[in-house]
Amino acid sequence: MSDETFIAPDFGSDEPTGRKLAIICSKGNLDMAYPGLILGNAALGEGVQVDLFFTFWGFDMIMTERADDMAFSPAGNAAMRLPVGNLRMPQSLAPAPGMTALATRMLKRSIADIGVPTVPEFLDQIVASGGRLWACRMSADMFHVDKEDLRDDVEAIISASDFIEMTEGAQLLFI
Amino acid sequence: MPVTTIAGRQVHVDAEGFLTEYDEWDESLAPVLAKAIGIELTDRHMEVVRFLRKDYLDQKETATTRRVQAVGGIPVKEQFTLFPAKPGKKMAYIAGLPKPKGCV
Repeated sequence: MSDETFIAPDFGSDEPTGRKLAIICSKGNLDMAYPGLILGNAALGEGVQVDLFFTFWGFDMIMTERADDMAFSPAGNAAMRLPVGNLRMPQSLAPAPGMTALATRMLKRSIADIGVPTVPEFLDQIVASGGRLWACRMSADMFHVDKEDLRDDVEAIISASDFIEMTEGAQLLFI
Repeated sequence: MPVTTIAGRQVHVDAEGFLTEYDEWDESLAPVLAKAIGIELTDRHMEVVRFLRKDYLDQKETATTRRVQAVGGIPVKEQFTLFPAKPGKKMAYIAGLPKPKGCV
């Protein structure tokens, strides 16, 4: 068995590929937390270096008291359908009392049903995979938040220019 | 489906080289496949591989890194150490399974 000449997949080198992805998470609605998490996690699994920058409402994703309490509202979401049939949910119902809580419960259940983690668990996985989390200086000042309010694994609170500088050459996603 | 010879044995592979027939793999192939992608197998690697094989039988799809942690009990961070840079695909390859399809 000395000379193995079969074709094995080319996984590239074990060293960083040099490809970098910077993701700016600016939204605090539950449904908008996921695109950045899913793409960031997928990129890490492909050997891409990933930095996530949390700004404005995206701050909720890294705030220990809020990350598991993000909500989803059907208000303003014309794509929202009722759970039965293929009926569009009337926008007039969206502001009804309890609607946000109901829609949030439904979305959380749908996400859990397909084995996708909650926001805090997803960030745990991203950090374990080598992703780095950064918090926006201006948002921290504006919301009167400091490092103690954030997950322990947030690298630092940095300015927008720091983030731009450190992600030189990266592909960038703004969410 | 191309057929190739690995460790003196004929196996079916896809265009990338992943084995396509579950039953054509056994544990004696694992070190050969691992070596082909630059990994020296340890017992800990084999724990992951055995979990993947067993889980595939139950689920009919390859476990993702998240599932290997959540169900298999091997932390994601360690998976990245054992199977550097691209753990999901590398461990699937060594286990003779298709690439994981799941997004997470």
